[in-house]
This record gives sequence, C-alpha cells and structure tokens, in this order.
Amino acid sequence: MSETDVTLEEGRELLKKVKQAQRRTTIARFKAKLHEPRWVFWTAFKYLTLLMAAVAVIVPPYCVLMASFKTLDEYYNTSKVGLPESFTNFSNYIKVFQEGNLGLAFGNTGIILAVSLVLTILFGTQVAYVLSRFDFRGKKLVIGAYLIAMIIPAITTQVATFEIIKALGLINHKGSVILLYIGADVVMIYVFLQFMKGIPLELDEAAKIEGATYLQIYVKIILPLLKPAIATIIILRTIYIYNDFYFPLLYLPEPSQVTVSTALYKFTSIFGTEWTTISAGVIIILVPSIVVFLLLQKQIYAGVTNGAVKG
Amino acid sequence: MLHHLSLRQQQRVIIFTFLLVPLVLLFTFTYYPATQLFYLAVTDWDGYAPVKHFVGLNNYAYLFSDPEELHPLFVSVYYFVGAVIQLALALWFAVLVNSKLMGRNLFKTLLFIPFVLNSVAASMVFQIFYQVDGALDNFLNLIGLSSWIRPWLMDKDIVNWALVGASVWRYLGFNLILFYGVLQSIPQDQYEAARIEGASEWQQFRYITLPSIKMVLGLQALLAFVGSLSVFDIPMVITKGANGTRTFIMEVMNTAFNFNDFGLASAMSVVLLVMIVILMVLSKIIFKEKKNV
Repeated sequence: MSETDVTLEEGRELLKKVKQAQRRTTIARFKAKLHEPRWVFWTAFKYLTLLMAAVAVIVPPYCVLMASFKTLDEYYNTSKVGLPESFTNFSNYIKVFQEGNLGLAFGNTGIILAVSLVLTILFGTQVAYVLSRFDFRGKKLVIGAYLIAMIIPAITTQVATFEIIKALGLINHKGSVILLYIGADVVMIYVFLQFMKGIPLELDEAAKIEGATYLQIYVKIILPLLKPAIATIIILRTIYIYNDFYFPLLYLPEPSQVTVSTALYKFTSIFGTEWTTISAGVIIILVPSIVVFLLLQKQIYAGVTNGAVKG
Repeated sequence: MLHHLSLRQQQRVIIFTFLLVPLVLLFTFTYYPATQLFYLAVTDWDGYAPVKHFVGLNNYAYLFSDPEELHPLFVSVYYFVGAVIQLALALWFAVLVNSKLMGRNLFKTLLFIPFVLNSVAASMVFQIFYQVDGALDNFLNLIGLSSWIRPWLMDKDIVNWALVGASVWRYLGFNLILFYGVLQSIPQDQYEAARIEGASEWQQFRYITLPSIKMVLGLQALLAFVGSLSVFDIPMVITKGANGTRTFIMEVMNTAFNFNDFGLASAMSVVLLVMIVILMVLSKIIFKEKKNV
C-alpha cells in the first residue's frame, strides 16, 4: 500500500483534523496578536473609521425617513433623530402624491426613459456594428469624432445648445431631453465596440454563406449576442436619466412636463418648510433607486467601472 | 428585402443608414454647440434677436476684469479640496473593504448607494439635514457635541463646506468602486510573499498597493478636478446659490437665462470648456500610458 492510498473515511478524518488545526492556529494567532498593542490599535482604528463612515452615510437619509412619518407638529417639537410616534402615518405620502405632481412626474420620466433607451440601444449597436465589421472611407474620421466628443462635457455647451433646441421648437417638449440623452451619449459606443470584439467574425461569415443579408446578420446574430452590453447600457443610462436634473430644468420648465427631478425641485416652493411632506416626496423618489441597486448590485459595479475607465 | 442587392451594395446601404442619424445627432448636439460657443462669445446676442452684433473680445475682457464674475471659480476650490479628501477616504475604505474584514460587502454597499440616488433627492436630504435645529443639530446634541452646532446654510464661512460635505457623501462610493476594482486585480500572493518576508501593513501598502493604483489615482484626481469645475445640482437645490455658494455653471446659466446675456455666458462657457478639455486630454494621455504598460 503506497502512501497515497487512503480510504475515503481516512481522508475525511484527515481533512477534519487539518481544519481543526487550522482553526486552532487562527485562534492562537488572534490571541497572540491581542498582546500586540499596535495590532490592537490598528484593528480598533479600522473598525472605528468604518463605523463612523456608516453612521455618516445612514444618519441623513434615516432622519428624512423618520420625518416622513411624523406630523408637522411632532416634527418641530421632538428630536429629528428620534422615531416617529407611528410608522403607519402615511398622511405625508398621500399629500405629496396628490399635491406634488409625482404621478405625472413618474409618467414623464418613464416616457423619456423608455424612448431614450430604445433609441440609444438601436443607434449604439448599429454604429458599433458598422465600425467593427466594415472598412470604408472616413471610418477613422468617424471613430475620431466619437473619441473627441468624449472630452467635451455637455454641461459646458448648453448656452449654444439652447439655441438649437429652440430653433427645433422643442422647448417644453420631451423630444428635447430625449435628443440630448441619445445625441450626447458617447461612452456607450465604446462599451458596444468592446463587446463586438468578442463576437467571432466566423459567425458573420457563416451566415453570409447561408445567404443572409447584413441587416439579417445585425438583427439575428449581433443584437442577441450583444445582450450583456445592452444590459449594462440600460442600467447605466437608467441611473443617469432618472437622476438627471440639469436637462429637464433647462428644457422642460412647464408644469405639465415635470420629471422626477424637477418635480422634487419645486417642492420647496409648493410646500415651503413643510419638511415632513417634502421628506415623504424624497423617500418616494429614493426607494426605486435603492431597490434597483440592491437587485442589480454586481452589474452596476461592473458597469460603473467600465463606463468610467473607458469614458 | 436587401436580397436583390450585391453584398458590396448592401454594405454601402447599411453603412449609410446605420451611421446617418447617429452622426447627425453627434454633430448637432456636441460639435455644433461647442463651435457655436466660440462664435457667440464674440457677439452681444440676447437669446432672441435675429441679428448678433460682433463685439470682439469685449465679453472676455469684461469677464476677466470683474472679480464678481470670477468669484464662482473660487467656489470650485472648496469642491476640489473636498474631492481630494474624498479620494483619500475612498482609498482608505477601498483598502479596508479589500482586506479580510467582517461585514466588508455590507460596508461597500452602504458607501456606494448614495452614488446611484437621484441627485435632487440626495441634495434635499441634506437641505433638510442642515436646517437650523434640524437633524444634524439634534444629532450633535445626542452625541454630546452641541458646541459644534452652527447655522450650516446661513453662515457664509461654513455653507460651502456644508455643501462639499453633501458632495463627498454622494460621490465617495464612485471613487471607492474604482479603487476597489484595481485592488481586486492585484494578486494576493504578492501580499502573502511580502508578509512572509516580514513586511508591515504600511510597507505592503507602500510597495505593492500604491504602485498598482497610481494610474487610477491620477485619473480620478483629474476627474475630481473636472467635477469641481462643473458642480451644479447640490448648490442649486440646497441654497439656490445664496450666501456665496454660486458655482461657475450656475453663473453661466444665470447670465444666459436670467440676464439674457448669451454673449457673456458663451465666453464663460468657452473658458470652462477649454479648462476641462485640457484636463480631459491629460487624463486620456495618462490612461493611454496605462494601456501600453
């Protein structure tokens, strides 16, 4: 019997012992370290800073959440850090929904979001398909145009953009912000191009031999394979468009065209210092973001990292 | 429907139709306004008049002779200082979250969440938080620091720092995730080897971590610079620019849309655009170097 011939039983026994020994050394190491003042100090310091950061992140929105369940009287006469008398007091939420135009705002943002996403993905994948699959005169120029556009932030050019939007008659029309969301979105071209590199050209060739047209190749082969990239873009753009304040503030000032951001912005002029009602509005707008984030954490981390490094 | 065309013809049709609209949009909403800014900046256009009078460099001359007009640029300095602190904090927490630590994922999530929130809602959280006898004051009372209480949004010496605080709260997680991504890509056996050689945690950071994150640190520092020049949402929502909190973008908006001086506003935009483009080009160069390494 050679050394390596061990029965399953013996193996398990051995593994158990090894694990026990490991645990013992870990505990022993920890105990030994407790006698090192420097290690104790640093560990305590690490957890202390994390605790402070956690408190700093949580306390402001926590107080808003609490305020949203308080009556105005209660809010002004008790500690803002304290719990509300009742967590079932939804009067602020009802009031803010009825008087704060939030239903309309969610509707408008929803329309803008849906149209922008569909067009952005359509145009983005088409540009990426053409740029990665064909050679043509002026191709380098097109790539260069997208490259340079990345360093021109839209926030600096709006004084001149305003003239164009006005000439197009799109002030107070959702088309204005939709055009800006799809026209000024350059980073996604790079995300799509990156993904296109991973789709083997042989697939295109095979389809061509079968008699497929280029349009069929784009629709039946490229688009389905770009799904992960499309998902990334949907996540990034949804966060961006749902959170954007600047474009709707400039181009959609009319009350009927409020978006989530501009509706909320008008709260202080509707509700004054009725902070409880305003708090309820803030919470209503924050909750969808938090839910979506918790559901799609991994994809969001990856998307943000990709977008920032490429962009 | 393209079957009757040869592949060559098909290609031309596809290239043309797939690129036409996106390129028209790119030029209409990026290149045309960027160049038009330079033209408007040498006119006295009021946003309505059909004719634009040429005024030479008057707008620039006015801009640089009036300290009032340039004050918002100094407001950026607050945000830049804030951004530097934010980067340092983000790096510290990224290193912690990347080490063996209880509850690391929870902390990562917690610190990152503010970044995905609606910016008006996030700003309003702080507007409520900073009110006189508001949540922050009550909280300071609770932990026995009532002597720290200030009129956060009223005091001219403090209000910009208060706004910077809200900005750090909102954007720290973004830096954290970028640092964390790079830290994750450093092979753990390098640290293992360093530990066996008896390197302290500081030495491990200094000789393994720091060289690996140098590029992403530089990139983020430049992004922070650009960011502090283009602050808008937070002061617009919380103070509406009162008490000396007006930023350069707000000043541009105000000049154009409230005072109808599109010429001057364009000149201001040009100054901002040129500064940002220089910084962005720098960051591209830095990042390109990284790719080649």
